[in-house]
Amino acid sequence: MYFESFDAFLQMGKHGIYVWSAYGISALLIGLNIGLALRARTLARAEVIRLIRREALNVADSTD
Amino acid sequence: MLSAVWQTLTRWYHQWGSPRYFFQYSGVLLRWLWPLAIVATMTGLVWGLAFAPADYQQGDSYRIIFIHVPAASAALLGYVSMGVAGLVGLVWRMKMADIMIKAIAPFGAILAAVALITGAIWGKPTWGTYWVWDARLTSMLLMLFLYLGVIALINAIPDPRQAGRAASLLSVVGVINVVIVKYSVQWWQSLHQGSTLKVVGETAMPAEMLSPLLISMLGIYLLFACTVLVRARTEIMRRERKSQWLKEALQ
Amino acid sequence: MSFVATVKRELLLACRRPAEIINPLFFFVMVVAMFPLGVSPKAELLSVIAPGVIWVAALLAVLLSVEGLFRADHESGALEQLLVAPTNLYLPALAKILAHWLLTGLPLVLVGPLLGYMLHLPVSASSTLLLALLLGTPTLTAIGAIGVSLTVGLRSGGILLALLVLPLYVPVLVFGAGVVSYAANGLPVMGLLAILAALLLASLTLAPAAVAAGLRISSGG
Repeated sequence: MYFESFDAFLQMGKHGIYVWSAYGISALLIGLNIGLALRARTLARAEVIRLIRREALNVADSTD
Repeated sequence: MLSAVWQTLTRWYHQWGSPRYFFQYSGVLLRWLWPLAIVATMTGLVWGLAFAPADYQQGDSYRIIFIHVPAASAALLGYVSMGVAGLVGLVWRMKMADIMIKAIAPFGAILAAVALITGAIWGKPTWGTYWVWDARLTSMLLMLFLYLGVIALINAIPDPRQAGRAASLLSVVGVINVVIVKYSVQWWQSLHQGSTLKVVGETAMPAEMLSPLLISMLGIYLLFACTVLVRARTEIMRRERKSQWLKEALQ
Repeated sequence: MSFVATVKRELLLACRRPAEIINPLFFFVMVVAMFPLGVSPKAELLSVIAPGVIWVAALLAVLLSVEGLFRADHESGALEQLLVAPTNLYLPALAKILAHWLLTGLPLVLVGPLLGYMLHLPVSASSTLLLALLLGTPTLTAIGAIGVSLTVGLRSGGILLALLVLPLYVPVLVFGAGVVSYAANGLPVMGLLAILAALLLASLTLAPAAVAAGLRISSGG
């Protein structure tokens, strides 16, 4: 650990506000972007699975 | 030896060029890649923020470098890979190529924006103002514009295949252009002699700063790669939703 | 369809719709005239911003006019005929670009020095301005044509075209305005003019191929 205390770590000399806001905004943007990508994948997968179920039902109906 | 390597490469090219193979193996790959990406990013950033020494001139504000430089270089790398994918898509009409462009563009634009925002915030303690038209920031702004152009084009064309091919062409044109833009912005900078953001130790960076920088760079690259793979898989699921193989793969 | 015949046909067609030639020119002059009104009529200030103002206005005028490059052909179905014909599209695309520049770009080039004079650009720089516009505006038309080929038939044409093309115009803007500033300050201009010429040659050889590919993509082929 380069800093002597946790407070010093947060203050970063006098530049704490710059460093932490830069990292905060970056984390938010990157996190949001990854989250949206994962959500879109989940939705797409659910859509395909719904199609499979519906087909299975149709097949079951026609064989009855 | 060389021909064996070449053969392996062409085999991979054909295998990964097929949506089915891609879907199957990218799933396996992602299981390893996600943890690796998260560990590398966290290690690099925590090391850089808490353990690396302060810069003797800029003090602790230089610690923004550990996100700024990885984001900027990943944005550039992403744009170049879109151009390569575009060329492959146009010349060999490979289906996966335009899927990749669609997958790369959103994260690339976000990373360009991150590089700009962190650069601006870094500018305040360094130059005393958030925005200076320095060569690095200006090039990154233009890079963001180029990404936004590709995204706007993809969104404007309703047919996904046509959108992908149009984006391929635009990316190829854009990559050729990016080199000239970079050169012209540097010349423009020298013409007006503005201030340049000096990235700490541009020539020789001590190892205790360089190591965390390289690790967080690797981490951001891997996060980018993971998200690109996820987006590509999403697009495959949308396009191939009627194919039998996809249904079997998901059951 | 031969190259010369295409150019001739384009020029003839345009003569029937003179507004399409004149409007970009009026636009160019009007945009430039807004700057003294918006900034200041002071000669020393205007002479500094003149190269940039003229180039940005030229860039926008080309951008707006190039949007209609394939519109008439698209609406009349001539474009579709060209696409189904088993010919290479490279030369027709080059002919379209050339004809369009002759009609809309060349007038901008000729008016450029006059506007430079009105913005108090040193008279010694006006020949450089003319040359720079002569070398730069065809590049702008050629690059713009690539964007148009990708957006032809889309509803959101205009703004989208600007988003695609404006970042690609940056090198021409930088070197074009730069060379005029050089001339105004009495610095040597040949090197920069050579760069503009190189950009022109590169875009004239590569853009028609890209336009041809773009048209095939937009037509869904």
